[in-house]
Amino acid sequence: MEAPGQALLSVRDLHASFHTDAGVVKAVDGVSFDLRRGEVLAVVGESGSGKSVTAMSLLGLLPSPPARVSGQVLWKGRDLVGLAEPEMRKVRGAEIAMVFQDPMSSLNPLHTVGRQIAEVVRLHTTSSKRQAWERAIEMMDLVGIPQARRRAKSYPHEFSGGMRQRVMIAIALACDPDLLIADEPTTALDVTIQAQVLELLQETKERTSSAILLITHDLGIVAGMADEVLVMYAGKVVERGPARDVFYRSRHPYTLGLLAALPRVDDEAADNRLRPIEGTPPSLIHVPSGCSFHPRCSFRRLETCSVDEPPLAAHGGEAHRAACHFAEDVVSVAPADLQRSVPSAAAAAPGP
Amino acid sequence: MSAGYLARRLLGVVPALFGVLAVTFVLVHAVPGDPAVLLAGEAATPDRLEEIRRDLGLDRPLPQQFVTYAANVARGDLGVSISQGRPVNAIIAERIGPTLLLSGTALGISSFLGLLLGLVGARRPYGRFDLVVNTASLVGYALPAFWLAQMAVLVFAVHLGWFPLLGYTDIRRELTGFDHLSDVGYHLALPALVLAASEVALLARVTRTGLLQELGRDYVRTARAKGAAEDEVLNNHALRNALLPVVTLLGTRVGFLVSGAVVIEAVFSWPGLGSVIVTAAQQADRITMLGLVLVVAVGVIFANLLTDLLYGWVDPRVRHR
Repeated sequence: MEAPGQALLSVRDLHASFHTDAGVVKAVDGVSFDLRRGEVLAVVGESGSGKSVTAMSLLGLLPSPPARVSGQVLWKGRDLVGLAEPEMRKVRGAEIAMVFQDPMSSLNPLHTVGRQIAEVVRLHTTSSKRQAWERAIEMMDLVGIPQARRRAKSYPHEFSGGMRQRVMIAIALACDPDLLIADEPTTALDVTIQAQVLELLQETKERTSSAILLITHDLGIVAGMADEVLVMYAGKVVERGPARDVFYRSRHPYTLGLLAALPRVDDEAADNRLRPIEGTPPSLIHVPSGCSFHPRCSFRRLETCSVDEPPLAAHGGEAHRAACHFAEDVVSVAPADLQRSVPSAAAAAPGP
Repeated sequence: MSAGYLARRLLGVVPALFGVLAVTFVLVHAVPGDPAVLLAGEAATPDRLEEIRRDLGLDRPLPQQFVTYAANVARGDLGVSISQGRPVNAIIAERIGPTLLLSGTALGISSFLGLLLGLVGARRPYGRFDLVVNTASLVGYALPAFWLAQMAVLVFAVHLGWFPLLGYTDIRRELTGFDHLSDVGYHLALPALVLAASEVALLARVTRTGLLQELGRDYVRTARAKGAAEDEVLNNHALRNALLPVVTLLGTRVGFLVSGAVVIEAVFSWPGLGSVIVTAAQQADRITMLGLVLVVAVGVIFANLLTDLLYGWVDPRVRHR
């Protein structure tokens, strides 16, 4: 157990790179954040921004080689980077659990769901087969799968997508983890099912006083759930702070772009077209010089932005930080309609 | 597994069997050569040939011959061998044991070794063991069975003297009970290993590739995230999924094992069906050929049926269909 007031998880200068024939891919490049009990931290960004790799490197799940991870992942005061595999296995699934994006492929098609939930119980406790099975049924009940006792003997293909994600959550929660990492937990689900799954995550957090690291590109979900937000671009944190600050007083052009790209059903403007961020995410082998977002940025001044990399500096309070040379310009330009209302989960479209 | 699934699969065997019967009947009769000439010799008079044809029913139209033959087969009678003058059933009954023993042993060896080598190779992909197995299996699969068989005889039987040269038992000794069994086993070892060689190679490669593919899947990542050790991930999760293509392959290889056995039996003078098939073909003995092909075909069909049932047992998604 961490000392009182101390962060549950403290990530410091985390780097994760892949050594490929084409060059070194810097998927995570100097990420730092803290996470306390009862908190929900959302990591947002486009595909390839390093969100999932960050999560995988916390658990030591990146295949090595080709992956190389450095920096510090302080979990309850202990550094998980470079921890011996047998020790790491005791953390995985028991203290830190993970829910993955695609519940269709994330369950073993040949095992009953009950067995797959019981497996994690058996791995981390001394319970008998019988006890583990009972625990599995209890967990299925808890995550709202009807007729749990009967359904425990069913196979994944006999469940709907939403029910399978509930099974995944049951697996993740079976050992009462202190941290739940949810990597795009609702991306593969229908909008109505999304809301149910998010509600389930929220309830769990409140009941067990655990923390949630929520990885998503769906800002609607972030607005509904997160306390803190971390915006990632090209492997770096470009903005972070309390969710309200990041949404209402965005200090980074990329965050602003993400918000502007949200489809809105309450938009009274004449055209309801999506407003994408111009350009594409950079190659992580050849990251642009200076600020890596500058080629796509409408606020840029080339003489500065293409040369100097902006530090993650505090703006309007210590908690809210952004890595932009012109953060003050961004906050003043933020369009009024983005500040009027925070988009709700229902208004946000499912991811691509 | 439901009884309905089993019944449906069994019912599917009937048209397959009939198809095999019809096609082999036509093919065998398309082969040139007159059985009457072969029986009576080149010097026989036309009257004598006509008489033989009438006796054997060869003078009747082909469709009529087929109906007679099919009706006999349906009763379990494969007819009388033209060249040997004995019932084909008796010939097969006498020879099928050694062939089943040889093919069955080879299948057992190849399944066990193939899976084992593939599994060990996948544990450390591109490691030293994996590279050796991979290269050896490529060579093993590429080598023709007749060459490998003769080399094995030369090296292990002639030069090293570890195994007997040929035959099913030692004909100089009258052995009974356990001694007889161990003598058969001693004679069986080399031909079975040679017959299994290319199958081991194929299975090892398919198992290894399948396992590596499965190890990259999402459910394997889930297992790792649960805190399972790499061995548990491999044995409890990836292996059973990787077995699906292996099971399919095993079923289809049964036919190849039998045809491979023909060559191996010839090299090792193994008293199985192989030499009967060769002799029947040389003598244009249509009835014997038909009977043998049918028996092999039935074997392959039932091997495939068994594969399907096994598949349903391994994969619940098939079971429920």
